[in-house]
Amino acid sequence: MINRHLRVLACAAFGLAFGFAAGAARADGTLRIAMTASDVPLTTGQTDNGGEGMRFMGYTVYDGLVNWDLSSADKPSGLVPGLATSWAVDPTDKTRWTFKLRQGVKFHDGSAFTADSVVWNFAKLLDDKSPQFDPKQAAQGRTRIPTVVGWKKIDDATIEVDTNAPDAFLPFEISWIMMSSPAQWEKLDKSWDKFAQTPSGTGPWKLQSWTPRERAELVRNPDYWDAKRVPKLDKLVLIPMPEAATRTAALRAGQVDWVEAPAPDAVPSMKQAGFQIVTNAYPHNWTWHLSRVEGSPWNDIRVRKAANLAIDRDGLKQLLGGLMIPAKGFVPPGSPWFGHPSFDLKYDPEQAKKLLAEAGYSKDKPVKVKIMISASGSGQMQPLPMNEFLQQNLADVGIQVDFQVVDWNTLINIWRSGAKSDQSQGADGINYTYFIQDPFTAFVRHAKSSLQPPKGTNWGFYADPEMDKLLDQALNAFDPDEQNRILQKVHEKYVDDALFLMVAHDVNPRAMSPKVKGFVQAQNWFQDFSGITMQ
Amino acid sequence: MLTYLLRRILYAVPIGIGVSLVVFSLVHLAPGDPLSAVVPADAPASVVEQLRHTYGYDRPLPVQFYLWVKRAASGDLGRSVATGQDVAQQVMVAVGNTITLAVPAALLGFTAGILLGGVAGYNQGRWADKIATGIATIGISVPHYWLGMVLVIVFSVELNALPAMGMGEGGSGAWSWDWAHVQHLILPMVTLSAIPMGIVTRTVRATVAETLGQDFVEALRAKGMGHGRILLHVAKNVAPTVLAVLGLQLGYLLGGSILIETVFDWPGSGYLLNTAIFTRDIPVLQGTILVLGMFFVALNVIVDLLQTLVDPRIRRG
Repeated sequence: MINRHLRVLACAAFGLAFGFAAGAARADGTLRIAMTASDVPLTTGQTDNGGEGMRFMGYTVYDGLVNWDLSSADKPSGLVPGLATSWAVDPTDKTRWTFKLRQGVKFHDGSAFTADSVVWNFAKLLDDKSPQFDPKQAAQGRTRIPTVVGWKKIDDATIEVDTNAPDAFLPFEISWIMMSSPAQWEKLDKSWDKFAQTPSGTGPWKLQSWTPRERAELVRNPDYWDAKRVPKLDKLVLIPMPEAATRTAALRAGQVDWVEAPAPDAVPSMKQAGFQIVTNAYPHNWTWHLSRVEGSPWNDIRVRKAANLAIDRDGLKQLLGGLMIPAKGFVPPGSPWFGHPSFDLKYDPEQAKKLLAEAGYSKDKPVKVKIMISASGSGQMQPLPMNEFLQQNLADVGIQVDFQVVDWNTLINIWRSGAKSDQSQGADGINYTYFIQDPFTAFVRHAKSSLQPPKGTNWGFYADPEMDKLLDQALNAFDPDEQNRILQKVHEKYVDDALFLMVAHDVNPRAMSPKVKGFVQAQNWFQDFSGITMQ
Repeated sequence: MLTYLLRRILYAVPIGIGVSLVVFSLVHLAPGDPLSAVVPADAPASVVEQLRHTYGYDRPLPVQFYLWVKRAASGDLGRSVATGQDVAQQVMVAVGNTITLAVPAALLGFTAGILLGGVAGYNQGRWADKIATGIATIGISVPHYWLGMVLVIVFSVELNALPAMGMGEGGSGAWSWDWAHVQHLILPMVTLSAIPMGIVTRTVRATVAETLGQDFVEALRAKGMGHGRILLHVAKNVAPTVLAVLGLQLGYLLGGSILIETVFDWPGSGYLLNTAIFTRDIPVLQGTILVLGMFFVALNVIVDLLQTLVDPRIRRG
């Protein structure tokens, strides 16, 4: 009691001394968000900073032809019409798609969004001879639409997109491509540097001003084409704040209203202090990507299964204060691609030991593996304690793990270069987390034999003709239901063959002030800020 | 004197080239890829290789270095790989923000250090000395990012009296010396001043104590000179050593503290370096470190000149 009084007195004294200045006045209807990125994401259309960049500077200021449905927290989000109202593949030529465009949409600068704008935007990324070609956006956007080889205007309301091979995932890929305003670029002396300062898209938010590494201020676009998604707030302020402890302190000090990924150990005390902690499943996984090159112990399915059975995922969840979903497969349970795998990812060390014994290993003669891990990194959750936990679990059944810790940027390069490269230093696996929101990122890139590095990012050099066949079928399944059915088979094979050490899914924690109302955390990497109010 | 000054300025050229060479080599020796800032993390190696060619990172290192030095000599530090912005401009803005933080921190740290050191030196062995030396030792040994976090927890989170981060509404572009902004300066300034305070205290204490033990002080006392006059003589003798330390410390502070600026989200040169290191943004790294290196050179020249002004025994020429 006395303590509390003292604290109140001290607060009052400081309050008087500093004129309560810290709680500086600001306009109502402003939401201030601390991002984990260390810089304001690229503002010209195709953002950098991965999923976070698209979340805050992509789908806010811009739209794709195809958007994500971010309106529900209860089910995984699917694709919805964006600047295109519908799309279809030519029934006679599966490499030819048509997109019907939304009419009457205007860019923030007042110019009209037309079929010509779409053609112009494709050239911005893919045609390095076009005057509007932007190497920076191309670097970000090109890899998202690897099969697109042609695009043309059919009429004012229709465009055609051609792919180099049948690609049933095209709508997912197109959802990455943001439409910038050609008129604004023309007006700004055809300079992307100038466009970056005063960009113009069609999205629900307009970028008003920004300072590198400090902040970006977005204001509502009252004329947004989708009346349901016209922002209720006046302003959205984005502040780069890479340090988790700083983000947490900034929220508690009232300098921001919302922080992405608060420090996990601060979550209980923040809850106690009345802050909202919002979490939800989303297409993310935390795995060990296993090497399948010659000599790797993971080439034996019994060893892979044993490792998957050795992990006490519930114990790990406890370690993380409940902030994870135990993996039951490669995609989170509830995903439309989950299917019905027969291999149950449970904690069964006895069964694990049995499998290892069958494979000729025991606690005295353990399997020895070297795994590369990072000390931190986007999406990596708490890599050090989590990996140590796994190491203990695996040691208990007879898998001896040696870690090599590298920084996140280095691990990305190792992942890109493949298990056979010098950079991977003979590692038997890497601890890597994945964006698994569309079929390509979820399955194809890890498992297709033709995507072994350097052509693709099948890090482990996994190759299985049966899997290749399934993936080809999925790429050729243009009916969404049929596509889902095939992808379920793919996922069942991922789990039943224990292709990865499948450990956890992140729950994307966000902490926010009790004043923030109306936020629906979609099961997606991207989020909709339109329905939010401040009370 | 003029030839001395000219010579010192000319020395800056080889130092600048040396600094650049070391930075350039270190950046390229360290694992990681300068292109990681421009490609999505999930881009395959073939795409990265294509870009490497576009950005010229596939050329031999000596060629890359030569091209960079050639452009830097004409004041063009290139463009950031990550943001495409002019490096020189970014560095200037960041250094400006660091100066905003470093100069008040230096004034605070130096004043406290000189006072504490003076008191300690004059009262060697007595309790005042012990307290002052104790404070100095704490200032030097406490990890300052930890101190920063503790200050934030106490003054921002618990007492809600001072802001925890940033430069205030509108960011650095809207900075002005009014309370609404200056309050953002207080916690990082106090944190940043801890180390120079400790170092200056110890230097001043040691030199004051040493000077007090010299014969001329004894002689002054014997002549019946008062404490105040003696102090003036001591101060004059202490000044050159202390000035040298102050110059170095100011140099460190102006270099920007990566840790403090990251903890307080202060957009200075330390924060810029931190961002550049994590994204392997080579042009920004090289540009920033070159500018900071030049700062050190300039400060050293200034300190040398100041030393000759306060101590006629020192001759530069």
